[in-house]
Amino acid sequence: MAEQVLTNCTVGGPIFVHVKDGKITRIRPIAFDETDGPSWAIEARGRKFSPPRKATLAAFTVAERPRVYSENRIKYPLKRIDFDPQGDRHPETRGKSGYERISWDEAMDIVAGEMKRIRTTYGPAAITAMRSSHHNWGLLSYKMGPFSRFFEMLGYTFMFDNPDSWEGWHWGAIHTWGFYWRLGFTEQYDLLEDALKNTDLIVYWSTDPDTNQRAYLGQETTIWRYWLRELGIKQIFIDPFCNYTAAILGDKWIAPRPGTDAAMAMAIAYVWIEENSYDKDYVATHTIDFDQFKRHIMGEDDGVPKTPKWAEEITGVPGRTMKALAREWASKRTMLACGAMDNPGGACRAAYATEWARLMVLLQAMQGLGKPGVNMWSTSVGAPLNSSFVFPAYASGGQDIFSLVAKKPAVNKITQRIYRLLAPEAILNPPISWLGEGFCGDSIEQQFIPYTYPEPGSPEIKMIYRYGGSFISTMTDTNRWVKMYQSPKIEFVVNQDCWWHSETGFADIILPACTNLERSDIAEWNGAGGYGGGNGDNPNGTNHRIIVYMKKCIEPLWESRPDYDIFSDLAEKLGFKEEYTEGNSEEDWIKKVFNAYSLPEYVSYEDFKNKGYFVVPFPEDYKPTPALRWFYEGRECDTPDIANRKRGTEKARELGTYSGKIEFVSRSLTEHFPDDEERPPMPRYIPSWEGHTSELAKKYPLQLISPHPRFSFHTHHDTHIPWLSEIPGHRILKGGYYWWPMRIHPSDAEARGIKDGDIVKMYNDRGATLGIAQVTERVRPGVVHSYQASAKYDPLEKGKPGSVDRAGCVNLLTPSRMLSRNAPGMAPNSCLIEISKWEV
Amino acid sequence: MAKYGIVVDITRCNGCYNCFLACRDEFCGNDYPPYSLAQPNTGHFWMRIIERERGKYPKVKVAYTPLMCMQCENAPCIEASLNGAVYRRADGIVIIDPEKAVGQKQIVDACPYRVIYWNEEKNIPQKCTFCAHLLDEGWKEPRCVEACPAGALTFGDMEDPNSKVSQLIASNKVEVIHPEYGLEEKVVYIGLPKRFIAGTVVFGDKDECAENVDVTLTGEGVKKTIKTNNYGDFEFEGLEAEKEYSVKVEYPGYTAKEFSVKTQIDVYLGDIILT
Repeated sequence: MAEQVLTNCTVGGPIFVHVKDGKITRIRPIAFDETDGPSWAIEARGRKFSPPRKATLAAFTVAERPRVYSENRIKYPLKRIDFDPQGDRHPETRGKSGYERISWDEAMDIVAGEMKRIRTTYGPAAITAMRSSHHNWGLLSYKMGPFSRFFEMLGYTFMFDNPDSWEGWHWGAIHTWGFYWRLGFTEQYDLLEDALKNTDLIVYWSTDPDTNQRAYLGQETTIWRYWLRELGIKQIFIDPFCNYTAAILGDKWIAPRPGTDAAMAMAIAYVWIEENSYDKDYVATHTIDFDQFKRHIMGEDDGVPKTPKWAEEITGVPGRTMKALAREWASKRTMLACGAMDNPGGACRAAYATEWARLMVLLQAMQGLGKPGVNMWSTSVGAPLNSSFVFPAYASGGQDIFSLVAKKPAVNKITQRIYRLLAPEAILNPPISWLGEGFCGDSIEQQFIPYTYPEPGSPEIKMIYRYGGSFISTMTDTNRWVKMYQSPKIEFVVNQDCWWHSETGFADIILPACTNLERSDIAEWNGAGGYGGGNGDNPNGTNHRIIVYMKKCIEPLWESRPDYDIFSDLAEKLGFKEEYTEGNSEEDWIKKVFNAYSLPEYVSYEDFKNKGYFVVPFPEDYKPTPALRWFYEGRECDTPDIANRKRGTEKARELGTYSGKIEFVSRSLTEHFPDDEERPPMPRYIPSWEGHTSELAKKYPLQLISPHPRFSFHTHHDTHIPWLSEIPGHRILKGGYYWWPMRIHPSDAEARGIKDGDIVKMYNDRGATLGIAQVTERVRPGVVHSYQASAKYDPLEKGKPGSVDRAGCVNLLTPSRMLSRNAPGMAPNSCLIEISKWEV
Repeated sequence: MAKYGIVVDITRCNGCYNCFLACRDEFCGNDYPPYSLAQPNTGHFWMRIIERERGKYPKVKVAYTPLMCMQCENAPCIEASLNGAVYRRADGIVIIDPEKAVGQKQIVDACPYRVIYWNEEKNIPQKCTFCAHLLDEGWKEPRCVEACPAGALTFGDMEDPNSKVSQLIASNKVEVIHPEYGLEEKVVYIGLPKRFIAGTVVFGDKDECAENVDVTLTGEGVKKTIKTNNYGDFEFEGLEAEKEYSVKVEYPGYTAKEFSVKTQIDVYLGDIILT
């Protein structure tokens, strides 16, 4: 049979999929033809910049083919051998006992039977379910799609996600500049153009865009940073690790001790105040309570001037270097690269990270945030954007994407909630309480709402339906998760996934789902939702907006099935199939979404489906509206930030804070938590509760940082693609095992008799994991760098919480303590460890 | 007739490994007779990235050098092959015939760049083919070049003065990795990493970054003076390896400092404190 070229989309970019005789033969980035819509062009400093007429892919998507056919795929429904739903369940052997193959009918009977039993015996709230990000892509077929619609319709205890990748911005920066509708990040419209035209210097603070643009953006913005370099724009990196962007573009690398960045920020402010090199006019008109901040910086309130010398002691960075940085920053039009969506580095996921995030905003406020060339810009969002073309992102429908076009949206009637970060405590040692609703995008106050589990009158959770299974290497102190699964309180565990992950082997029933190459769907590349960088719905980190008809390329492999089919069948067994599907097939839903937005104005359904993709044309009469320029100039918000509720009202000149301005002293925190010393109304440096000055540092003197991995999107590619394990930055083969790299400075290695390539054990009181030492100059002495998100959990003592793991699950070691008392974010980068050579 | 070549711009390579993975995607599990059989699922690096960490904390850079078959004009693998098992096409691409080359391990050893790999299962040597089978079908470039997001790889006809490769060669300093081999490689490089000597100058009495200090490099017929920047940093890049240089740091009112430096590695002299 002749070769077909089909289209699809992944978390790492949109693809052409070549299929021959029912097999995928190759996968390539979508490239445009002459009929596809025009691209944008930016004219700056005598040059014209335009993107190539094709998409770029993340590395792991170039290798999507072996991932689909991976040996790690879950092939058949499985039942845990020790589990008998009619008899003994043996929860204590979850993680240890093996599995036997069963039929789909048997599996569904057990799952539906258990769900009915638990609902009848305890109540609907006794079931919780949770998903991961993003093992697949597609609007209708996963995360907010069939999974969410099913459980919202069924009614269950919803699990709040913590804003894991950007905690400090969410719990902190919201109280400085508003932007709660962006979960703490700022808008980024047209900042690429602004930088190309107006910027002289970029300070990247805890950000590695070349690596982390892989959060849905393929490698679209790699060329942007080369353009910046070609224009002579200086690029400085602040990071305890000389990260991948710094290593090729950095004109300077400054490495503070982890957890001390806030001190450096304060020292920079000190230099500006002392040398009068900040924008006094802007501070006077666009901010409030600067005087109080100034007094604190100069030491007039506590007798401690926050000089560069003061910060040198704390950060380990020479005071003279901080002074030179402060002077250069103030003397040039400087972009501060952080505070916007591109999966930020670890400084925002550490103890008291709210303080650092807020100080970042305040520093740029002192330099006139919104002035031409002066902004908070991640360098990986902010392309010119056709925002009049409407197409939904995966978060656009709230918890049920089908609700955009369904007759009846799914609404969860159960009010009990559980919080992901505290799930193990909730099960093992209730009651628990926390603040906020996870992703608090509705208002500033939403993150203050108190919750308790169990909710009075509600049952405790008896069943976990896990969709995906990555938490042992992406949450913190994850031996707790091992214990949680083994608790007798959990009567039943289901895991539905395409591949084996760290939690899969803790389930009682495992259901094989198929990938998005084995079913159809529709999606916009990178369309994540308001916080994804665009105008509330649409992305602008990709060089082009591309809508993809995601075609089914091959039949589902082995006995895997589309999520929509699995949940439809479950809905049938539980008596609400008609309500769930509304009689629609996958294709019906796709067509409805197609018809409900801008696409039909440009292309027919048949043509769209045939070609497989649509490039949103760039308008000829485009007028850029740079982010926050309106605020700087005292005008009404003119960016397409439709989720900004003040926009278009009499308050349209204001930011989302109570005062409408940038707040050196936060009004929202003054009102709600005036006496909180851990997230005070005015931010400051607070020594980390697990940092280099902690008592614990005597026992565990090394600081571990564990940012997002370079060659996997969370856990979804690691080990599923053998080729990735041959990339020495990802895993390294030694003695027949693929080890996770642990980067250590030569002085720390030598003191421990460790050589490059040795197998080492990284450990503290919480856990231990093995990896392979990479002795490198790219880490600050005293710091160990090892990525989180190992797909595999490989305990030497299977089923035993606290066992040494072999696969590199560094989150077994990280603390479960939150950023601070009232800021319930995770803080994996405040982690003290020791490391030693592992002989046998 | 076109004569194909690749220009690799190392200044644009960010070590993303897309090229390596695209090559794997094309050739793992896929036979393309008569040019190539499938490469094994692991272990071959027809496109390899050489990573080099340069310098010392906190002055560190990384250079990535993509390495593939050079499609040499004077190919040692053709020389070492028996029965015409390795031949050159009219467009310059060197092909190892998967049928004729069976058992000829010496072909692997013949390559001084070590870019030929042995397929144990099929008992044949294998290497990059510039995706000849795709070019024959009208594709305009090999998979690696298509996959590169940074514009670090350019493929084209070196005999056509208007081609992008020719234009790059005309307007840049391009080199082959080992000119001394005399192979006339068709893969040429812009920005091959050399050696740097760098340092950070400090005014010891004021504990300030020493800006505008004169730093002079002498050696190997070179004498060059540059000034430190606002961090006191200076850097001499593009120096030859395995040589000896002398670096002098001087500023009025301070005692000059002089260093003798060997470029076995990239050298960061650390903080140079003037008193």
